[in-house]
Amino acid sequence: MTRKPDLRSMTRRELLASGAKAGAALVIGSNFVTHATEAWAMETTALEPATMATLVQMARDIYPHDRVADQFYAAAVKGYDTPEAAPAIEAGVAALDAAAQGMGHPSYLGTPWERDRVEILRSMEQSGFFQTIRGGLVTGLYNNKEVWPVFGYEGESFSQGGYLDRGFNDINWL
Amino acid sequence: MTAPFDLNDDNVVVIIGTGAGGGVLGNELAQKGVSVVALEAGGRYLPEDYINDEWESFGQLAWLDPRTTSGDWRVARDFSGLPAWIVKAVGGTTVHWAGASLRFQEHEWKAKTTYGDVQGASLLDWPIDAAEMAPWYEKAETKLGVTRTGGREGLPGNNNYKVFEAGAKALGYKEVHTGRMAINSADYDNRVACQQTGFCFQGCKWGAKWSAAYTDIPRGEATGNLEVRERCQAARILHDANGKVTGVEYFDADGNLQMQKARIVCVAGNSFESPRLLLNSASSMFPDGLANSSGQVGRNYMRHTTGSVYAVFDKPVRMWRGTTMAGIIQDEARHDPSRGFVGGYELETLGLGLPFMAAFLDPGAWGREFTTALDSYENMAGMWIVGEDMPQETNRVTINHEVKDKYGLPVVDVHFDDHPNDIAMRNHAYRQGTAVYEAVGATRTFPTPPYPSTHNLGTNRMSERAQDGVVNKWGQTHDIANLFISDGSQFTTGAAENPTLTIVALAIRQADHIAAEMGKGAL
Repeated sequence: MTRKPDLRSMTRRELLASGAKAGAALVIGSNFVTHATEAWAMETTALEPATMATLVQMARDIYPHDRVADQFYAAAVKGYDTPEAAPAIEAGVAALDAAAQGMGHPSYLGTPWERDRVEILRSMEQSGFFQTIRGGLVTGLYNNKEVWPVFGYEGESFSQGGYLDRGFNDINWL
Repeated sequence: MTAPFDLNDDNVVVIIGTGAGGGVLGNELAQKGVSVVALEAGGRYLPEDYINDEWESFGQLAWLDPRTTSGDWRVARDFSGLPAWIVKAVGGTTVHWAGASLRFQEHEWKAKTTYGDVQGASLLDWPIDAAEMAPWYEKAETKLGVTRTGGREGLPGNNNYKVFEAGAKALGYKEVHTGRMAINSADYDNRVACQQTGFCFQGCKWGAKWSAAYTDIPRGEATGNLEVRERCQAARILHDANGKVTGVEYFDADGNLQMQKARIVCVAGNSFESPRLLLNSASSMFPDGLANSSGQVGRNYMRHTTGSVYAVFDKPVRMWRGTTMAGIIQDEARHDPSRGFVGGYELETLGLGLPFMAAFLDPGAWGREFTTALDSYENMAGMWIVGEDMPQETNRVTINHEVKDKYGLPVVDVHFDDHPNDIAMRNHAYRQGTAVYEAVGATRTFPTPPYPSTHNLGTNRMSERAQDGVVNKWGQTHDIANLFISDGSQFTTGAAENPTLTIVALAIRQADHIAAEMGKGAL
């Protein structure tokens, strides 16, 4: 699959425009993606910043957790920003945008409702690109210790002596 | 002091694998003064090495060498290269196991007689029974320190168990308790009591759970009669012109091919590696592989009828705290064909950490139906189904000559199709497990598909008659007198119980038999 340069540039223009207009959370610079209010930014080296922004949105739409901040989704897909991975990712995102356009949207990121973006993802659910991104997120997102507190998961306990004196049987609502 | 045996020492017993079967057998023989060389494909990890982190531990301990899968089981779709979740390390899967230690029920030794003809199933009675095994079970329970046996107290129940118990009692179940576990409820045999740390599957950092890695194996080594060779992959069992086995070729830790001579060879590599080794040892005298005159090597692969039920409640449970397998419902373990299937199943609590829950709750799923479940992870309780599955001749381990491991040895393909009895049992268990949680107010339940197999059984089954199986009632192959099978692959049928206690009991019994036969000069 080859990506279409015109589609890419249009997508990026659109992104920048929509970010300015609608106050979208992700702000895309010439070689970085950042968040309007949160204190994080990610430089991209091999991927177009717009591609990274699309990946972050795609990651959130695959595994949407409203209490999990964008930075964790960004961290989960950051590994694709390499010269080796970039061509396939750029092609995959181009296909995603093409699928969005086929459904009457300007681009994937330019599709404002999650339900419409999910419909776009469903249409390419069997693709290698989708399965690579989804499969990678299972560990990329949920195996990030920083995100565990959002779910209440406490992780390692041996160094604290286990839960024998820390609530292994503290349930009080039965 | 570890005994270093010479490669040309043809008086040693060579054991392949050091798990519940091979590890125990090696120690038991060493205690009786028999010289043993144990070949272990994995490295040695002890409690200080274990990691309270699911994926990191998986990378440390799991058997990740290539295997392939086929058949209609969902594991072949979700985890096509990982049919089993077992350990490659000294101590084998006793590092990972949950510790549930249940004896077979009396009728389960005689599945063919009890269940009758089940279409498509290759049921067979074991050539041994409950009375024969009772003293060996007692020795095994003493060795492992099994709770609720031998006067040992049960473990205290954690939050996950309390939810499970309340639901079970509301449903009218009677046999509900914190299990018979090889996890100390009080200090026992130089091992401390359970500290309710969780991470039982990742190796017990306290050593409160029995594992051959830090009990039988070092004790066997301390006799001077057991040498464990780590990171040594068995490649081929050799034999002489009389058809007796004479030694084992293996790749050592540096990848060099070695040959250890042997008086007796005991294969305990689990239900995949054991038949693989027999089949890869084919020769002009045994063109279908060793001990395979019946054609039964690799057949009748069983994995227990499994699945899980997770449930979300409106308040926190925190199921990850404490013993992973913290309790059991045994009421459904009986044989009662009025339920629409033969055999029975146990329900046992199970907790996964967030990383494994994400991987196993509904593999491949995405979107809000999936993520809202994980959003309630803290409010989740969970249980595992373990039931007797039907042996089928076509469920089998075969050599896949298209795929080779790093030594160039062909790997196994694991083929499994669910039997209609398995499906009926699993669906019944899903309904009952769901009812347990709904009885205490679950707002949502998940009938979760099976994980990669942890209970791998059959493939070298025990039989009275040589044409029906691979080994006799001592685990001795029907075809070759000095070749034994010492792991779960010798199971004739799977019963409803977690298999480790039975593997250990059979290993203790087999050691007694081998030592006695050697003493008589018969082996």
